[in-house]
Amino acid sequence: MSHLIGLYLHVPFCLRKCGYCDFYSRKGNDDLYDQYTSALLAALGRYGDAGSYEADSCYFGGGTPSLLGPKRVGTLLAAVEKTFGLHAAEITLEVNPATVSLADFQGYRAAGVNRLSIGMQTGVDEELASLGRLHTAKDTVRAVEEARRAGFENLSLDLMLGIPGQTEESLGETLSLVRRLSPEHVSAYLLKIEAGTPFSLRPADEFPGEEAQVALYQFACQGLEEMGLRQYEISNFARPGLASRHNLKYWNGEEYLGLGPAAHSFLNGRRFFYPRDLEGFLSGKEPVEDGAGGDFEEYVLLRLRLVEGLTEEGVRARFGYSIPQRLRRRAKPLAATGLMEEDETGLRLTRDGFLVSNEILARLLAE
Amino acid sequence: MPSSFGNQLQSRALACIIERIGPYPFDEVIVLHNVQQRIRNFSIVAHIDHGKSTLADRILELTEAVAKRDMEEQLLDNMDLERERGITIKAHAVSLDYKADDGQLYTFNLIDTPGHVDFNYEVSRSLAACEGAVLVVDASQGIEAQTLANTYLALDHGLEILPVINKIDLPAAEPERVIKEIEDVIGIPAEEAPQISAKNGVNIHAVLEMIVRDVPPPVGDPDKPLQALIFDSYYDPYKGVIVYIRVKEGSVRPGDTIKMMATGAEFTVVETGHMRPNLLEPDDCLAAGDVGYIAASIKVISDARVGDTVTLKDNPAPDPLPGYRKVNPMVFCGIYPADGAKYPDLREALEKLQLNDAALSFEPETSVALGFGFRCGFLGLLHMEIIQERLEREYNLDLVTTAPSVIYKITKTSGDVVYIDNPTNYPDPGTIAQAEEPITNAHIFSPTEFVGNIMDLCQERRGVFKDMQYIDAGRVDIHYELPLNEIVYDFFDALKSRTRGYASFDYEVMGYQKSDLVKLDVMLNGEVVDALSFIVHSDKAYTRARKIAEKLKEHIPRQLFEVPIQAAIGGKIIARETVKALRKDVLAKCYGGDITRKKKLLEKQKEGKKRMRQLGSVEVPQEAFMAVLKLDE
Repeated sequence: MSHLIGLYLHVPFCLRKCGYCDFYSRKGNDDLYDQYTSALLAALGRYGDAGSYEADSCYFGGGTPSLLGPKRVGTLLAAVEKTFGLHAAEITLEVNPATVSLADFQGYRAAGVNRLSIGMQTGVDEELASLGRLHTAKDTVRAVEEARRAGFENLSLDLMLGIPGQTEESLGETLSLVRRLSPEHVSAYLLKIEAGTPFSLRPADEFPGEEAQVALYQFACQGLEEMGLRQYEISNFARPGLASRHNLKYWNGEEYLGLGPAAHSFLNGRRFFYPRDLEGFLSGKEPVEDGAGGDFEEYVLLRLRLVEGLTEEGVRARFGYSIPQRLRRRAKPLAATGLMEEDETGLRLTRDGFLVSNEILARLLAE
Repeated sequence: MPSSFGNQLQSRALACIIERIGPYPFDEVIVLHNVQQRIRNFSIVAHIDHGKSTLADRILELTEAVAKRDMEEQLLDNMDLERERGITIKAHAVSLDYKADDGQLYTFNLIDTPGHVDFNYEVSRSLAACEGAVLVVDASQGIEAQTLANTYLALDHGLEILPVINKIDLPAAEPERVIKEIEDVIGIPAEEAPQISAKNGVNIHAVLEMIVRDVPPPVGDPDKPLQALIFDSYYDPYKGVIVYIRVKEGSVRPGDTIKMMATGAEFTVVETGHMRPNLLEPDDCLAAGDVGYIAASIKVISDARVGDTVTLKDNPAPDPLPGYRKVNPMVFCGIYPADGAKYPDLREALEKLQLNDAALSFEPETSVALGFGFRCGFLGLLHMEIIQERLEREYNLDLVTTAPSVIYKITKTSGDVVYIDNPTNYPDPGTIAQAEEPITNAHIFSPTEFVGNIMDLCQERRGVFKDMQYIDAGRVDIHYELPLNEIVYDFFDALKSRTRGYASFDYEVMGYQKSDLVKLDVMLNGEVVDALSFIVHSDKAYTRARKIAEKLKEHIPRQLFEVPIQAAIGGKIIARETVKALRKDVLAKCYGGDITRKKKLLEKQKEGKKRMRQLGSVEVPQEAFMAVLKLDE
């Protein structure tokens, strides 16, 4: 029986690194892009004979995958299709609004990409500048329009919450623009200051405080819901039926294969990843073991990221037993304070609960 | 020459001596006299850090009891803790042979005493085993509170005091000033005191000759009924309790049936002998004047209490030696394992420590907040700290302790008198006719510049000023009456920080005094946390309550809901703080399917939860319980 998996292709190149980003990315050039494409093809080739995997999603993430250009993406997708089928698959490409032309969009569409994730971040230019982004709100508008013209019917916009200087008012402007652009999907991430990034060196008072972040998150969730984008995960919103199939694989504990430096995989109960080492990947180094995956605890922590939460049905189907009483017992006081819901169908976090989900999980799963 | 011992063959004592030194061609009295004449029983009295243990080491070296290569710094302080802290916790005794300048071989019995007020009784028993005390004073520091306290103890026991000025190698040494101080404050001549450097081994020979010359030899009649003073004991897993004794009258040898006069316990002596460095050296007999040990298959240390008198069952002494008393714990606290599963380990560790420490008491106690633990009683604060530290280090236990408490004397309206050492058991205020608390006589020795700070501190601690005396132009002895419950509450730390460590402190409990006491309860999220309750004077209740609430706020992490912290007397809230609810703790994004990162984060948070106590719905880290023990910061 063949596994239905998701495929993730990491593209570790950026024109320039944003101050908040700790994804693995480097400056590249055409030669390097070619080399890298070959390395991805080689890695794909290693699964070529397996025959047992079929992918129903393929996600080009980065970095800035659109730097590869339609031709290389096309080559890769052809190889992916040969290896994994890609029947009726969701094929997503992350796009930086400043770097893509109409011709590019058309090229990607022709190559088989059917979903774009556009790195809008915010509709306010001062905020974009403060994030160190190269594009403006206008670029986003143009990118969306051109993508539509190129035939893309499934667009996702990436938003960022907690940007220095961001207020409910400015977020309101961003949301108005989102409404105008009418995407099928939005990801809205609270900015997290990662150690070692330039942002971590900026004084804390430049960023909205905890209460302000909470307010921005609540405001964004509400605004997006109002325009018909239903929250389905902590940071993700979609029109009905258009939730990201690829991302859902992560939250449902399904299998995926990630290729490229810093890409993670979960296959056959094992987790493994390629180290953050471009040269290593180019020279064909194998991924590193990352231990077993797929146990109950992992399933709980992933599923509770979803609005749907941990369902009796899901747990029974996967593990053959019902939600343990201990978990329910621990959930009850949290339900009483409005951070969770607990009923016969299962457990789930509320929006307030999402905001403190790390702490809730630690409480629920503590030994 | 008339013999007081009668027939030579019937003299147990003489037989014992002859076995030891070989047949003597002299009259038996002269033999005995000669043996006693060449014994010197002495101890060393000093303040912490003044060089007592270092001097003891040098004496051991010079008497060649220990080869230089076997010398470990501060040989007598066996415990790591003793070496590290530079304090002597237990009494140690050692017999040494010294060939003096007069050509004679002398037996030195050096009894090293703990220098701390908590062990005052043990010190007094050790001193009672001696004829002389070497008083070591630091040439740069001068006399300190403990020096004086222990010197007075020695004088009380009629000991010859032999002053020694140590640390003359230090640039700040002022031997002349210190000599004058000794003469002025203690009132003994010190002009002739050897000026030494124990560290560098300077002038130690003079100390040894002084001991030969000035410490009186012991007296006592070996044929009288046995009277031997127990000045220390410890548990040996093979031999049972090893009892350190000073034979005052009579003699004792293996096979004798001995009787402990205070406890009435009887045992058959298996072994007698002398304490040599690093080993017990069996001998056939111990006679009047001797310091040595008895092993008699004694199972529990409480059967060989310090201060008790050993006599013979068949020929008992009419009276015990004076001065015995059962030492009672003065300070109590709850000790709980951080990990509840370690409760049996904690019990076992306490039992083992108790084998060597009759003053340590413990009984099981249950706390809603902390689970199963023990209510432990100690001689004082240092004793408490030492036991806690030994439990953690030698037995590898992670502990949570509650605030130390003293014993309150409560007279109820019914006329009943109860003694309360645990705030949890404090009676309903409506049933209390009168509350009393222990009061101490406290002496603080300090450079004059800190007098203001010290008086402020003592005033804050409800002290009653008694008097102040100048030791010399730069130093004073400040005398206060202080409630013991103020001392057990981080007084040492506060004193240290307010005098930059220059002040020394000593106290003794003088009795009970009527006091306006209240029980202060701490509530988290509306629920009383029993482990945080304590008894306090009503004048101090508000300040203490406020500080505790602040400390808890500092140490309790934000939780999923707001946590009110309240301090209350009876039902009345007198302080309040709030730990705001945690609002944001979320990993917004999962990086390229990197679930491991999320799992690691979860593991870390779960690990953090292990150090938390779940009190109702509130999670309280163990540090919070410890933090409220140190409020003067």
